[in-house]
Amino acid sequence: MPTVAGPRAHWVSVVTVAFLAAFVLAVAALVAADLWFTNVEAMQKVLASEEIRHAVRLSLLTSVCSLVLVVVFSIPVGYALSRYRFPGSVVLDAVVDLPIVMPPVILGVSLLVFFRTPIGRMIESVEWMRFVYTVKGIVLCQFFLTASLGIRAAKAAFDAADQRLERLALTLGCTHGQAFWKVAVPMARGGLAAGAVMAWARAVGVFGPLLIFVGAVPMKTAVMPTIVYLEVSIGHIESALAVAMLLLAMAMVALVLLHWLGAGRRRWWAS
Amino acid sequence: MLKIKQLAFQAGEFRVEVADLQIAAGEYFVLLGPNGSGKTLLLSCLSGLLRAERGTILVDGRDVTQLEPRRRQIGYVPQDYGLFPHMDVARNITFALRVRGMGHAAALERLTPLIDLLNLRGLLAHWPLTLSGGERQKVALARALAIQPFLLLLDEPVSALDWPTRAEVLEQLRRVQKELAVTTLHVCHSLDEAMAVADRAGVMIGGRLAQAGRLEELIARPVNAEVARLLRPAPAATRRADERREC
Repeated sequence: MPTVAGPRAHWVSVVTVAFLAAFVLAVAALVAADLWFTNVEAMQKVLASEEIRHAVRLSLLTSVCSLVLVVVFSIPVGYALSRYRFPGSVVLDAVVDLPIVMPPVILGVSLLVFFRTPIGRMIESVEWMRFVYTVKGIVLCQFFLTASLGIRAAKAAFDAADQRLERLALTLGCTHGQAFWKVAVPMARGGLAAGAVMAWARAVGVFGPLLIFVGAVPMKTAVMPTIVYLEVSIGHIESALAVAMLLLAMAMVALVLLHWLGAGRRRWWAS
Repeated sequence: MLKIKQLAFQAGEFRVEVADLQIAAGEYFVLLGPNGSGKTLLLSCLSGLLRAERGTILVDGRDVTQLEPRRRQIGYVPQDYGLFPHMDVARNITFALRVRGMGHAAALERLTPLIDLLNLRGLLAHWPLTLSGGERQKVALARALAIQPFLLLLDEPVSALDWPTRAEVLEQLRRVQKELAVTTLHVCHSLDEAMAVADRAGVMIGGRLAQAGRLEELIARPVNAEVARLLRPAPAATRRADERREC
């Protein structure tokens, strides 16, 4: 049986692995506690509830829509921030990060206030552009809360992709557009995909601004996190935890995907 | 054929000026110069990655001075070879034809003679990260030659290789260049390297072309002390020059 050579154990490896084990144990303890508190009956009830099934479907639909928007925005924005320096670029860079540090509830309030301004009222006056208390509003909240993560990940991915290779592609016959799509984007694909999955996982869990901006109306605007809140508020802790377990399972799938993509699937996207 | 007339451009604080340089069709020209003398900047300008402020660049009689890099048909092999890490060797080599609309299989078939010439058939399915320095150099050369360039630019093509591999790669460079009769401008700072491949050579110092001519002439009659210092042959270089004269 062949043996695989690994790093020799030393105090740094022992200490860092101990910290890793402690953190994993802490997370596992939380999940185990949730599982212990809920029960099969609650899980069956949750799966049978039309309101909760609607919330699951709405969560998936809105988070996928916001993911598409995040990808469409974060690739060009991340590229521009990575490649170009212009007056005010440092300020723009900071503004992009603002939604990350902004408390989520404040975002909900800000969106509500914006749609009371003349411009916001004008947008709301268009039938298919209504956001306040609508499903589109859920996508808007999720987009604002997750776009910064996507952009930051895209910028880091393009920073790591060697710009000289794009320039070299120009000498091989590429237009600037071809150099972007055939060289820069594929080279950054791992980071871009990881950013997209992270943004999606965050979008599924958005809660605070939704309560303020779209409300928590079952069968209309209630998504999984708001259902958890509603169940807790009426004392149905088991049901809330069962929904939370569903949410956790979805997030786990996304995170496994994130690490799989982060590991670099080189042949997956060879152009 | 390459003709440079009164070329000047600025890169940051550094200015490059080449008053007159001519490289005949099919000639292998080596541009020598110390680090920071502007050799790589000149290649960037010739390939169109840096804009010329004034002067003209004629390649095969065509004025390419204001053309975009993709329209110049100049093959460029950078110092670190610049292979695309997300493509295997075959796709690296066919890249230039694929961006012109040709399919991968058709491009590979079209490039078969070049692949065989560089003995790359066994490496086509490999990934750049798994190649040795000499293999990467050959793949980068094949990729640059795939467009059938009027001019081939080589930026210190063997500086990253060990000595035995250098000799082998230089010999191969010379053989391929002769076979394809492609006009070649090779920059380096090693006289030994220049001796191995050059038909003629030039010396660049401080962003200016100080002298150009046959290598033996440059060594015998340097225009100034700096050129003389750069062209002071190492023992191995002297030996090789002697060997070539005897041949």
